[in-house]
Amino acid sequence: MATAATLPTTSAVPRQISRKARRAAWTRRILIGLAFLLTALFLLVPVAVIFQQAFARGVPTFWANITHPETLHAIWLTVLVALIVVPINAFFGLCAAWAIAKFQFRGKKLLIALIELPFSISPIVAGVAYLMVYGSRGIFGPWLEEHGLQVMFALPGIVLVTLFVTCPFIARQVLVLMQSQGVDEEEASLSLGAGGFKTFLYVTLPNLKWALIYGVILCNARAMGEYGAVSVVSGQIRGQTNTLPLQVDLLYHDYNAAGAFAAASVLAVLALITLAVKTIVEIRSRTE
Amino acid sequence: MIEVREVSRNFGGFQALNNVSLNVEQGELVALLGPSGSGKTTLLRIIAGLDFADTGSIHFDGKDATAVAAGDRQVGFVFQHFALFRHMTVFDNVAFGLKVRKRSARPSKAEIAERVNHLLRMVQLESLGKRYPAQLSGGQRQRVALARALATEPRVLLLDEPFGALDAQVRKELRRWLRRLHDELGITGVFVTHDQEEALEVADRVVVMNKGGIEQVGTPSEIYDNPATPFVYNFLGHVNAVPATVSGGVAHLGGLRMGFAEGEAPEGVGAGTAFVRPHDVEILRDGDGILVTMRHAVVLGPSVRVEMELENGQAIEAELTRHRFTELGLERGERVLAAPRRAQLFLDDGRQYTVSCLTRPVAPRIVPSAEGGIRQRRP
Amino acid sequence: MKFRRAPRVIPGLPLAMGVTLLYLGLIVLLPVSGLLFRTFGLEWSEFVAVVTHPRAVASYKVTLESAAYAVAFNAVFGLLLAWVLVRYDFPGRRLLDAVMDLPFALPTAVAGVALTAAFASNGWLGQYLEPLGIKVAYTQLGIIVAMAFTSVPFVVRSLQPVIADLEPELEEAAETLGASPFQTFTKVIFPLIFPAFLTGVSLAFARSLGEFGAIIFIAGNMPFLTEITALVIFIRLEEYDYAAATAIATVVLASAFVMLLITNSIQLWHYRYARKN
Repeated sequence: MATAATLPTTSAVPRQISRKARRAAWTRRILIGLAFLLTALFLLVPVAVIFQQAFARGVPTFWANITHPETLHAIWLTVLVALIVVPINAFFGLCAAWAIAKFQFRGKKLLIALIELPFSISPIVAGVAYLMVYGSRGIFGPWLEEHGLQVMFALPGIVLVTLFVTCPFIARQVLVLMQSQGVDEEEASLSLGAGGFKTFLYVTLPNLKWALIYGVILCNARAMGEYGAVSVVSGQIRGQTNTLPLQVDLLYHDYNAAGAFAAASVLAVLALITLAVKTIVEIRSRTE
Repeated sequence: MIEVREVSRNFGGFQALNNVSLNVEQGELVALLGPSGSGKTTLLRIIAGLDFADTGSIHFDGKDATAVAAGDRQVGFVFQHFALFRHMTVFDNVAFGLKVRKRSARPSKAEIAERVNHLLRMVQLESLGKRYPAQLSGGQRQRVALARALATEPRVLLLDEPFGALDAQVRKELRRWLRRLHDELGITGVFVTHDQEEALEVADRVVVMNKGGIEQVGTPSEIYDNPATPFVYNFLGHVNAVPATVSGGVAHLGGLRMGFAEGEAPEGVGAGTAFVRPHDVEILRDGDGILVTMRHAVVLGPSVRVEMELENGQAIEAELTRHRFTELGLERGERVLAAPRRAQLFLDDGRQYTVSCLTRPVAPRIVPSAEGGIRQRRP
Repeated sequence: MKFRRAPRVIPGLPLAMGVTLLYLGLIVLLPVSGLLFRTFGLEWSEFVAVVTHPRAVASYKVTLESAAYAVAFNAVFGLLLAWVLVRYDFPGRRLLDAVMDLPFALPTAVAGVALTAAFASNGWLGQYLEPLGIKVAYTQLGIIVAMAFTSVPFVVRSLQPVIADLEPELEEAAETLGASPFQTFTKVIFPLIFPAFLTGVSLAFARSLGEFGAIIFIAGNMPFLTEITALVIFIRLEEYDYAAATAIATVVLASAFVMLLITNSIQLWHYRYARKN
């Protein structure tokens, strides 16, 4: 597997090569082919199936499914949740990264572990946990009911679980970069007389631009796509608390495959855009 | 014996080697010397079978090995950064080449242990067999790499910048040690270096390379005393390049006249560059010489490097003994005469001559210092 | 927590730390402790009865077993992909690299319906597998496929930087010493990437244990056969059996903590391993 043909220096293949090197070239071809084949079958076919199924009954049906009031409402709710969740997590992420990267204190590792905790908790468990706090039989349930506040099976509940599930994304991206950058530039800025806020705005933030965008993309994708946790706390009330992933589920179990896949195709397009933007951001941040 | 025949190698438009031929004799230690990009490492890798030539062939003991894979060439390769397996102990690193042999050719465990321990003793690391590479110093890692390469009893030992990753003190020690080791084992060796001092001190023969080609092959003293090309002259240590013209069988270096050896003087008129070693430059107050302005003097142990400037602003250096320097009492900005005792003259048309001073030097000849880097190792 | 400020003059610690702790407290710690609090409210016998209910136990078995198979597949597939993406340059490499993140970007419910449609008996892939006797949709194999789909990036992304850091000289050294490509891989390369490999595999396993959305569509959800633990929790909730849901959720949470501990130990070892060398 490892011979001259794989080396970066030998991009130009010499005319005289040993039998072993020739075998390595074949290994290379087979491995690349296998990688493409498996990826296509395993990762790309399912995505293609979504669009095939969505358009199986023609574009007009697809359009009718997309513009169905319930689906439109689900799209709107999904966008709304993302619009609330992403800025909050961006603010939190910047605060957390600033505190952890720029200062020394005990318990730092614990704090980082706590930020990343939602990654390891099953979304269903997260949903149940929130239910046990804000649900009618939860810790705050009686108090909330007394004051006529509905958290579960309503927008606040959906927003809260989505915050939980997506909170590590931005914080982690920004933190890793901030830790690698150190504090030299901030110190320079402060020594030149800039205040703390101006230093952050003009020195720190521009340096973090790509990590922040990267984190926002990932956070947004997950916020719009979260299913497990949201399905526990939303109550799935049609036209009210149904986000787009839940709408996919609902239509699918209504045996409305075309409708389900039309809704799914919207989310799939979103995923493809996410990948494209992510790749562009990666290239840009590398060349900058 | 290794024979490289008319080898060329092109990396996507960059001609790394251009029709290179070279013979390495049995038991000889050869240095491939040149700046980065000269093709020396590519040549070494092609000999090792880690890279392959576009055209040309490689022969080991008269047999064509061009298409033989690295593992079957019986070469030992020591990498610039050692490339030790960091998850294996020193012992396992050295034993690797024996352990990966086919069952039929593999020595027994006891034999492997014996051979590895013998090698570790030889490289003076017998007590460190259980250590990991990360726990060793640079010089120790280098010796492990060498022991590992020798474990398979290769016909040829190839070393890529063997001392490049080490600091100056360790370099000097290891250099002598490698020379001694080579003399004891009598193994054929080729090593790559960009350090002329290293090449001249360690090798039996030096191959000076530049831009994918060989400039000169010779013993260290041949290379140093009779450089074949301006490049070799320039590459081997400090040298002054002074513009020169030829007319009437005499060379003119900015007003100074220098003569050719008997019957060698070229006819007609020509122009070129004269190369003068700093220790061949005498400084005079009167007599024949090139008019220069004294700029700066640096004391280097027993000698003094004097930096001066030609009329055209070009820098020229001389190396004097401290005694001579004190005797002269030079002052900054003073205008004096620089008189090369001998120079190598390369005419623009490619002809080459040794020229020497026509008038007798006023001061006694200065013995070349150690800084010149030349030492006759063997008779 | 006592703050030992580095010899720096950077401002903003109280604000940043305040926001961080408050947010983590409200969003992460509060619900997790709420769940544990509710569980501790249960009678011990009640708790044991719920979590050892045969249907729950069967679901643990299905989940663990499927995750193990999915991870075994990803160990090979992920290693292949990481190797190809780092070591070879070929047209479409960047595209292939981007596609590796698809399972992260695609909502799990969407992945679920898509995999189901692809592997159904009349689906694009199912129609070729069914005649071979391989039924994927509505079987445990479906669960494995869904788990493998959602967790493949963990292995690939854990391995890529480590493979990129391997100096080519190591392989060349092995080659000049006479090792075959297979020996070079098993004796030199794999031991060096093993810690990262283990990290990726354990992350993929943890993710597979917690996955819900992608699985429930393709699993068939037959109790005792193709029912995963997350679904058992969900069903208990729909039955308004909050006590049971809470108890089983706590079991899943505990297993997640164990996985986290394992993953972190591996990463710590990996880090020390890398530092040692």
